[in-house]
Amino acid sequence: MSAYKISIRPFGIHSILVEWPARVEETILEDILQFSQHLSQNCLKDEKWEMVLAYNSLTLIHREKPIAFESFKNTLLSWYDAERDETIRQKILWRLPVCYDLEFGIDLKAVSEYSGLSIEEIIEKHTEKRYTVYGIGFLPGFMYLGGIPEVLEIPRKSLPRPKVLKGAVGLAGKQTGVYPQDSPGGWNIIGNCSVPMFDPKKEAPCFVNIGDKVQFYAIERAEYDLHKIEGEVGIYKVEKIMLDA
Amino acid sequence: MLKVLKSGLFTTVQDVGRYGYLNKGVPVSGYMDSFSAKKVNMLMENDDDAAVIEITMTGPTLEFCNESYICLGGAVISATLNNKPIQNYTVLKVGRGDILSYGKLKKGFRSYLAIKGGFLSPRILGSRSFFTSVTAKDHLSDRMEIPYDTHTLFEPKITEIKIDSFLDKTVLEVSKGPEYEMLDDKQLEVLFSKEFHISNENNRMAYQLVEQLSGHKVTMLTSATLPGTVQFTPSGRLIILMKDGQTTGGYPRVLQLSDASISLLAQKKFGDVISFRLI
Repeated sequence: MSAYKISIRPFGIHSILVEWPARVEETILEDILQFSQHLSQNCLKDEKWEMVLAYNSLTLIHREKPIAFESFKNTLLSWYDAERDETIRQKILWRLPVCYDLEFGIDLKAVSEYSGLSIEEIIEKHTEKRYTVYGIGFLPGFMYLGGIPEVLEIPRKSLPRPKVLKGAVGLAGKQTGVYPQDSPGGWNIIGNCSVPMFDPKKEAPCFVNIGDKVQFYAIERAEYDLHKIEGEVGIYKVEKIMLDA
Repeated sequence: MLKVLKSGLFTTVQDVGRYGYLNKGVPVSGYMDSFSAKKVNMLMENDDDAAVIEITMTGPTLEFCNESYICLGGAVISATLNNKPIQNYTVLKVGRGDILSYGKLKKGFRSYLAIKGGFLSPRILGSRSFFTSVTAKDHLSDRMEIPYDTHTLFEPKITEIKIDSFLDKTVLEVSKGPEYEMLDDKQLEVLFSKEFHISNENNRMAYQLVEQLSGHKVTMLTSATLPGTVQFTPSGRLIILMKDGQTTGGYPRVLQLSDASISLLAQKKFGDVISFRLI
C-alpha cells in the first residue's frame, strides 16, 4: 500500500522528517497514523525513538544515535511501500464540557459582532461538529483541532493577551482549541472547558491522541464548578465514545 | 537536604531530560549546556541522568545539611564555599552547615552544580527537570529544600580536570533545516556572513536574535520542532528553540544546530555575538 507520494528530508543528525502532501485532510492524517503505528509496532521498536505527528508530517527522532540519512531514507521508503496489514484503528470521540458564560467567554460579544450570529447560535455552531485532532503541541496537551464551521472562522486578535486562563476555549482562523494552562494567547475566547487537558500526575497526562475526535457540549455554571473541584482532586471522568471505524 | 537561602536569578534542577511525551506537546527540557553538565556528572562518577542544579547568571546561596561531594562547572562564576574561593571542575567535600555562594559572573551564562548521586527532587513523567505545568515549581525559590543522599566515603578517580574552554567560541555549527531551500541568495549571504547579537528575549525556551533577514511570505502547516531548530518568522526574525522549546511550530525551520552548538549557545547572554557555519 502506498497511497501517497511521501518526501523524506533530514532534520538535524538525530531526526528525519517524512512529509505527505501539504493538505489538511483526514485521509492523509489516517495514512500517517497507520504508517506510524506500523513503524512503532514492527520496525522501530527501540524505545529511544519518538514520533511527532502533525497534519501532514511525521518526524522520527532518536534520542541518542545519529541517523545515516540516505540509507535510513531508503529503508523508510521501502517500509512505506511494502504490503502492510491495514489495521482497523479504533476511533474515539471525546465529549468535552464547556461553560460558555460571558464571564469565561470574554470575546463572545466580539465574535457575535464579527460573525453576525447571536451568542446562542455561536454556541450551537461550536458544539454541533466533531473536530479532528490534527496535532498536539505548542503547550503540553494543546490540541490542534480541525473542521470548524466556516461561519466561526475569526481572525486571531491583533494583540495577544498576556494571560489567557487555563481551560479557555478559543477560535482562530480555521482552528479551535483549549488552552491547557494559563498562557499568553491571541485566540478569541468563547468559553472555558472544565476538565484538565493535561495532568502531569496521571501516567497518561493527556488522554487525547492525535486522530481522535472531539466534540464540545455546553454546561451550566454549577456543573462547571463541580467539574473543577473533581479536576483538582483528580477524580474527573471524561465522556469517551467508541466510534465505528 | 540542600537548603536554598537565596535563589539567584533563575536556578533550576535539570537532568538529561524528559523523554516519551513529545507527542503530547511536552518538551524535552534537561540541562541547556549538556557538554558542561555531563562533565561535572562524570567527575562525580554519576550517570548522565543524575540531576544537577542549573544556575543562570546570578547564582544562589545554598546550605548543605548533610555530607556529600560536589563539583561546579559550565560558566565561570566566582564561587565560595564557606567564604573560601573554589574552582570549576574540582571535586570538593561538603559537610553539614557548609554554605556555597556565588559572586560575579566572569564568562559564559549558565553554571552547573553536581552532587554525588544527583539531586533527588521528584521525578515526574520520567524526569526531575523543572518545567512549568509539569513540575510543581519552575525554578528554585528561597527556603526551598532539595533532597540528596549522604556520601562520606567517595574516592574520586579524578579530582579535577582542565577543560579547554569553549566559552569564548562564537561560531554555531548548523545543518540545513527542512525549509532551508526557501532562503534566497540575499538571505543566505546575510545568514552566513554576518554576526548576530543575542536579544534580551532569551531563555530556556528560545533565543531570539537582534539582526533580521528580509521577510518572507512562506506558510506551512504546523510541524515538529526540536531543540536547536532555527525558526524564520515572516517578518524576518530568527528564533532558535532551546530545551524547553515548543514541540511543534508553524514557522519555517531553516537551520538546525548541532548538539555541541546548543551547549555553546546556552552559554550566551543578551548582547553576545554569534555566527552560523554550515557543516
